Amino acid sequence: MDRQPAIELKNITKRFGKVVANKDVNLTAYRGEILSILGENGSGKTTLMNMISGIYFPDEGQIFIDEKEAVITSPKDAFSYKIGMIHQHFKLVDVFSATENIVLGLEDGKYNLKTSTEEIKKISAQYGFDLDVDKKIYTMSVSEKQTVEIIKVLYRGADILILDEPTAVLTPQETEKLFNILRRMRDDGKCIIIITHKLHEVLSLSDRVSVLRKGEYVGTVNTAETTESELTEMMVGKKIELNIERDEPKNTEDRLVVNGLTCVDRMGATVLDDVSFTAKSGEILGIAGIAGSGQRELLESIAGLQHLAKGEILYLNPKTNAIENLRDKTPMQIRNMGVRLSFVPEDRLGMGLVGNMDIVDNMMLRSYSKGHSVFLKRKKPKDLAMRIIRDLEVVTPSASTPVRRLSGGNVQKVLVGREIAASPTVLMVAYPVRGLDINSSYMIYNLLNEQKAKGVAVIFVGEDLDVLVELCDRIMVIGSGRITGVVDGRTTTKEEIGLLMTKSKQEGENANG
Amino acid sequence: MIIQFICRAILLGVPLLYGSTGEIVTEKSGHLNLGIPGIMYTGAISGVVGSFIYENACGNDLSRMNPLLAVLIPLLCAIAGATLMGLIYSFLTVTLHANQNVTGLALTTLGIGLGNFLGASLINITKSELPSIALTKTSSFFSAKLPFADNLGWFGELFLSHDFLTYLAIIIALVVSFVLNRTRVGLNLRSVGENPATADAAGINVIKYRYLATCIGSAIAGLGGLQYVMAYATGVWSNNAFGDRGWMAIALVIFALWKPSMAIVGSFLFGALCNANNYIQGLGTETQELFKMLPYVVTIVVLIITSMRKKREHQPPANLGLNYFREER
Amino acid sequence: MVNKKAIKKHREPPFHVVKRDDMPWWGAWGIRVATIIAAFLLVGLLSMALSGRSLFETYGIMFSGVFGRIFEGRTMMLWKYLQEIAILLALALALTPAFKMKFWNCGAEGQALMGGLASIICMIELGPKLPYPVLIIVIAVTSIVAGAIWGVIPAIFKAVFNTNETLFTLMMNYIATQIIAYYVYIKGGGSNVINPVEYGNFPAVGSNDYFVNIILVAVITIVMFVYLKYSKQGYEISVVGESQNTARYIGINVKKVIVRTMVISGALCGVTGMLLVAGKDHSINVNSVGGQGFTAILMSWLGQFNPFIMAVMTALVVFLRIGVAKVADTALLNSSFSEIMVGVVILMLVGCEFFINYSFKFKHNKKEAKV
Repeated sequence: MDRQPAIELKNITKRFGKVVANKDVNLTAYRGEILSILGENGSGKTTLMNMISGIYFPDEGQIFIDEKEAVITSPKDAFSYKIGMIHQHFKLVDVFSATENIVLGLEDGKYNLKTSTEEIKKISAQYGFDLDVDKKIYTMSVSEKQTVEIIKVLYRGADILILDEPTAVLTPQETEKLFNILRRMRDDGKCIIIITHKLHEVLSLSDRVSVLRKGEYVGTVNTAETTESELTEMMVGKKIELNIERDEPKNTEDRLVVNGLTCVDRMGATVLDDVSFTAKSGEILGIAGIAGSGQRELLESIAGLQHLAKGEILYLNPKTNAIENLRDKTPMQIRNMGVRLSFVPEDRLGMGLVGNMDIVDNMMLRSYSKGHSVFLKRKKPKDLAMRIIRDLEVVTPSASTPVRRLSGGNVQKVLVGREIAASPTVLMVAYPVRGLDINSSYMIYNLLNEQKAKGVAVIFVGEDLDVLVELCDRIMVIGSGRITGVVDGRTTTKEEIGLLMTKSKQEGENANG
Repeated sequence: MIIQFICRAILLGVPLLYGSTGEIVTEKSGHLNLGIPGIMYTGAISGVVGSFIYENACGNDLSRMNPLLAVLIPLLCAIAGATLMGLIYSFLTVTLHANQNVTGLALTTLGIGLGNFLGASLINITKSELPSIALTKTSSFFSAKLPFADNLGWFGELFLSHDFLTYLAIIIALVVSFVLNRTRVGLNLRSVGENPATADAAGINVIKYRYLATCIGSAIAGLGGLQYVMAYATGVWSNNAFGDRGWMAIALVIFALWKPSMAIVGSFLFGALCNANNYIQGLGTETQELFKMLPYVVTIVVLIITSMRKKREHQPPANLGLNYFREER
Repeated sequence: MVNKKAIKKHREPPFHVVKRDDMPWWGAWGIRVATIIAAFLLVGLLSMALSGRSLFETYGIMFSGVFGRIFEGRTMMLWKYLQEIAILLALALALTPAFKMKFWNCGAEGQALMGGLASIICMIELGPKLPYPVLIIVIAVTSIVAGAIWGVIPAIFKAVFNTNETLFTLMMNYIATQIIAYYVYIKGGGSNVINPVEYGNFPAVGSNDYFVNIILVAVITIVMFVYLKYSKQGYEISVVGESQNTARYIGINVKKVIVRTMVISGALCGVTGMLLVAGKDHSINVNSVGGQGFTAILMSWLGQFNPFIMAVMTALVVFLRIGVAKVADTALLNSSFSEIMVGVVILMLVGCEFFINYSFKFKHNKKEAKV
């Protein structure tokens, strides 16, 4: 086989302040192949690809395109080398139509949306896309937006395509469709690079796999000659099995009973549809589902942050045995009712914490209003901050460092530490290990297990099915705002959950169509 | 009477039209330039200085003045002065990432100071007894009517009797409208204001677009200052007479929902409102003072209504007021 | 194939700009102080160029213009200087809680005018009827209420409909101006002035008319510092300003905080209006506040939400304003020259923040290039 290198990276290093995001990375991708870049969260995959697409500029090292050195200082330069990147967070202008987004930034040729539309339709037909070109982006589904992104780079004639976690937001069906399109492009002679941390995707799609670990290049293997366990070992260093301890739940009793919860968003779409479930003390209830299926709205409803169209949220107070309805209560009212509800939201710095405040002031968020004094008392929050820094091994210069300067793992420790310190009876956590390294992740799992042992009802929204299956006692699956099933964490399989995840989506689509 | 009222409204509205067209161009790139009042003021005084020098060079003799030069010199001076102010604003906000509101307000302080300083200095030079400086000769060139306007009755007065800067204002607004909606440059500019990261990733030079939009916007706004002095005030400059027109121009942007064609209608409407007190019969001077608040009240009402109707197409550019730094993490 | 022409243009940039987080406080203040010194030098040089005096002489005039003959024991000018600082600082302090909440209150001018209007109405209408202490209390209460009302109207719309507060507050200024014009016309009997009113004036301490104003503002400065840093309400303001999402998450009633904070902001502007009318001018006109509402915005921002730094910055700007005006005066320039200088200095201070928040990174292979 005549293999022609499309792109080569030599000794690439990139630092952000003191953090080294990539160190001496060497990598080659050939034409007519699909190369996977595999690595844990935070291993520097995206940073590396951003340097190829001109978002960042490498501190050291060289990039070769077609065996000639290339200097890529801006995305425009990247285009001139026929490199196109599809970012994880789509780079589209919401109020523009698909066509406008696709032609955006082009310089040659006459500006004529009509002829452009024709060309876009031709590309769509060639690779089998399905797209309404006049639709405004803000009315599109994620999968449609991704299609726009891919056509955008194809329209520019890209023959090196980089896709950053393209399947994170897709259903298995949409994923399969995308993979077929990518294979067709490969056969067309294009060089496809896909960034992922999902092993099964790597194995089913790519020709070769390059692995990054903590910003460093580990190695490249041919997919046909490797196994899942070998890749895991390359990815995390030593061979480890997900081995999260899971004790039998003790003294379970109903703590939170949710009945017929229905929630409508501002655009009038139903985001939660008749959701009912019970969270029990002393167990971890997992919530699985494709991103954006209503997980956020569900937790926010319970926390008093969403307006409900229908339904009730009953809290069974373990001290008084009283039953209280939390519907239409504000977070402050819920707290004043004596409901000890803690919530670790998905958006840590945008919701759970204030990035520009130091750790002490962030500790105060939960407790500042206590007491009748008009003044703040910083003594207790300060002690709490010191205790969390010590107990959870938070790496920080001091307790008066703004939390935005901490690394992702340490930010999460501060947040989870504060929420647990409120000694909750219900603890809700959303994607608590997203972006964390293995060690920090395990510390979070252990903390959740401790809470479970203390008799707390833990609700865990996760994305990694392996973790959900290992950690949770029961797993509730949510799809398009509906509960599609509740399974026992000890007996279920990933496949069973995966099926449930997509079940309602298909039904929903059929019903709509 | 009505014709006269409308003509007067148009005359009053034109500076606002220039100001808001300029601000629309700037805001479409994502920059909220609160320096517009200072920029318009600078544009006006630059024009005044230019025409002052030219009038003196011609020995204050109307017959020795070349009509083309008499118009062109103040025009270019106004554009240059205003563009320079825009350049300061964009250097601070685009290159140095300074806070846009603060920079804009400081620029307004600077611009008004500059205008008053130069204005007072010119008055000093002429040793005039009045606290103003009259450039009526230059003004006569600016407000020259179309020759056949007077022969066409009300039609002529309504549509053909205006100074050329009025027509230019409308033409500029229409051209800006066309560019924004029908050209590649417009598409790029709008994307820069909506989502600069996306524009950047698409290969658009965000910095260049923001600089150009701010400077061109400032130049357009500066012409509004010039039109005020040369056409509305018939060439008479006195310090602080320009008043709050700059702020009203900014308010007009919201009224027009970021559409230059709407700004044309809006500015004339504002002009009418500013002037209504003079045309309502039987108002005492004190009530007239109260009537002068009409345009502001209307602006507030429009602000409230647009904020209540949350239609996606009527919202400001999504990134308005935010600076862009590519490597922001 | 790669486009050859396109590649030629690509050069490695000599340096690029990166965000920094680690500037120590002394570094940041070093840069700011250096900027201030540079700005003063620039102002001195420009004044020198225009007035034709030596640099030393120019600064001498500036100094004496501000402090008068202080070394001869004459403190009148000094008090006047402090009084000017007091007014501008009071407005800046009034705006600060709003800014900390990221609410752009550009309406200090109007809020202060309404406060002043309340004062003058009380002084004229109630002055002859009420005993002095009662009159002073009534003046204070009505001014505070008037300012607060003018401030809270935009806040309510912001809280309920998220109406743009920058323009709303701006427009409120002009409505206030027209109301003042109306009132002055009625009371001035058709002229543009109201003769100084003798009732309800703040008492002079010793021979000093402005003492009460200065002391009041000094107290407000300290109270505002404590309020922002140590009170629960101050804490709520910072949380709302940093992230409304977080505020909602912990159960802060965001709308309530917006409205409450603007009541405070407007009320303090109203107090400033009272200081201007009852404490200083004993009269009112449309230019009573004289655009200081806008300068105050810049002062508040330069003060980084710290009332004491704000006081220093205000002292500096007022020094420039008076001092440069004096220089201009003695050189037959006009006093608007000082407005230009104030603008230039503020723009320089605004620009210098860049060097605090960002740093330059030069290319690593510089050494190779040198060989």
